[in-house]
Amino acid sequence: MILNEEQQAILNGSKGETLAKVMKTIVMYGDAFEAEKLVPVTSNYNHLVTSFGLKVMTPVYDLMQQLLDAGVCSEQKFSVDPRPLDDNVPANLLQKLVFNKFMYTKQDDYEEQLKKLGLLADDAFTCTCYMDEVGNKPKKGDVLSWAESSAVVYANSVLGARCNRNSGILDIMGSIVGYVPYFGLLTDEGRKANWVVRVETSKKPEAQLLGSAIGMKVMEDVPYVIGLDKWIGTELDDAACAYLKDFGAATASNGAVGLYHIDKLTPEAVELAEKLILEGAQEYVIDDAELERVQKSYPVVWKKPNAKPKLCFVGCPHLSLDQLKEWTIAIEQALKANGQKKITVPTVFTAAPGVLKAFDKTMYARRLQKTGVITSYICPLMYMNNPLCKSMPVITSSNKLRTYTSARYYRDDEILQIITGGAEGGAK
Amino acid sequence: MRQFKGRVIAPGEITAEAVVSKEGFNTLASLQMALQFGDKQVKCGDQNNQELYGKPLLDKALCLPQTIGSTTGGLVLYTACCMKKNPACMLFANHIDSLAAAGAILADVWVDDVTMPVIDELGDEFLDYVQDGMTIIVKDGGIVEVYE
Repeated sequence: MILNEEQQAILNGSKGETLAKVMKTIVMYGDAFEAEKLVPVTSNYNHLVTSFGLKVMTPVYDLMQQLLDAGVCSEQKFSVDPRPLDDNVPANLLQKLVFNKFMYTKQDDYEEQLKKLGLLADDAFTCTCYMDEVGNKPKKGDVLSWAESSAVVYANSVLGARCNRNSGILDIMGSIVGYVPYFGLLTDEGRKANWVVRVETSKKPEAQLLGSAIGMKVMEDVPYVIGLDKWIGTELDDAACAYLKDFGAATASNGAVGLYHIDKLTPEAVELAEKLILEGAQEYVIDDAELERVQKSYPVVWKKPNAKPKLCFVGCPHLSLDQLKEWTIAIEQALKANGQKKITVPTVFTAAPGVLKAFDKTMYARRLQKTGVITSYICPLMYMNNPLCKSMPVITSSNKLRTYTSARYYRDDEILQIITGGAEGGAK
Repeated sequence: MRQFKGRVIAPGEITAEAVVSKEGFNTLASLQMALQFGDKQVKCGDQNNQELYGKPLLDKALCLPQTIGSTTGGLVLYTACCMKKNPACMLFANHIDSLAAAGAILADVWVDDVTMPVIDELGDEFLDYVQDGMTIIVKDGGIVEVYE
């Protein structure tokens, strides 16, 4: 890799040994991918994936402390993924003991480190930092040093920013030196599609199911999706953005997609259309039968597959303001239709703190509360990431949560029926 | 004995027994529970990986196509190295992925007393040939020798 004078000087130690090691890390990372150069990080803010103070991750916090002790911080402020704990979320005594005394014992200390390192705001904890209510929304063409997979794929695809699927720690290191290696999704060539996906369903496909199918098929490749505009339109309005948020998170977690193009909708597809498709691209056709096949392929890892659900999570990635409103209306209607006053399965809707504040100012907040649904800023994945949850029948409409935990996936319409007493869940 | 040549991501020489995953290795799912709850053998905790689930990974030569899963994968691997709960080496058939590369490089640059050689681009033939229990010798220059 060719470094400029400033980069080489930092690598040689002109600004201290610790910053030299940070630069060495970034340069070795670039070398592993044959990057020819480093390019400046240009976004206003960074976003970090590591939001949890897990005792086992002590070496990570020690490394952060090394950076702080050496005065090596980024000029960029940053948001960070959601907190792992929230007293609002149902947990039994044993779970609370495990969470607070064994697992997340470093949470307070780590949050102090984050503040010193440049946390954007005390409540800047969400995986959907690009929501207007949060304010970390990159511009088209911005170069990022992010790592959260659902945020990376959204920023690349919907916002037209440029970011590789980096690992945690590398996100803050790129921001500290102000440069990231130029390879992969940062390059024009790396943003071209090597898959054409044709959506030929008879109704609007569930975002998280469609994303899962595409992710599992194309893995880390770039898909160009044709036929989705029929269902979500040709404008990036709130509904389309919310759909693509959920779709993208599933492509990134069920596969390793960092960028997708939606014909006639996402910025680069609108500009370049099929010029984005590489010669010899593979093709994947998705119809109703294919989506059904994919949903049926998910393993049920509950200890008792027919157990009645004990908890439901909706909002991984975090819900948008409009999604919270739409769910409120849908639950009210379903409760009425099913002759119920309150939900029949404890249910948590998760969203960014800023989004929840905005939601609380609307009339919908009281109405949702009346149905019994709990709102939270928690990361459902972090909540479930312990052995106690393995024996707990949790349902979700998040394909990301399904992938990383024992939570069982249902489509939104199925979840709605289960939590409002219209269906049992579990035994199907 | 078969010899393969790959590309050096993190240098070092080592001899270890092979454990093989023909599918992507999910770093978070495989290592986190073992690290969190002090499993001395670091048994693989990924229920979706039928080949590796429940098998000890500590001090083994982990042979794999690439890693998959959460972008916390790199810091989980780094943590495993800091705790000396890492595989003896990681041998990739494919080009290394960004998450494994990050973990390997972080360990190489920031951990003084750990050596975990990482070699990639060993080819499909390597993964077709190597089996659990075979002896692996990693030599300088990306040379990997596999003994039945």
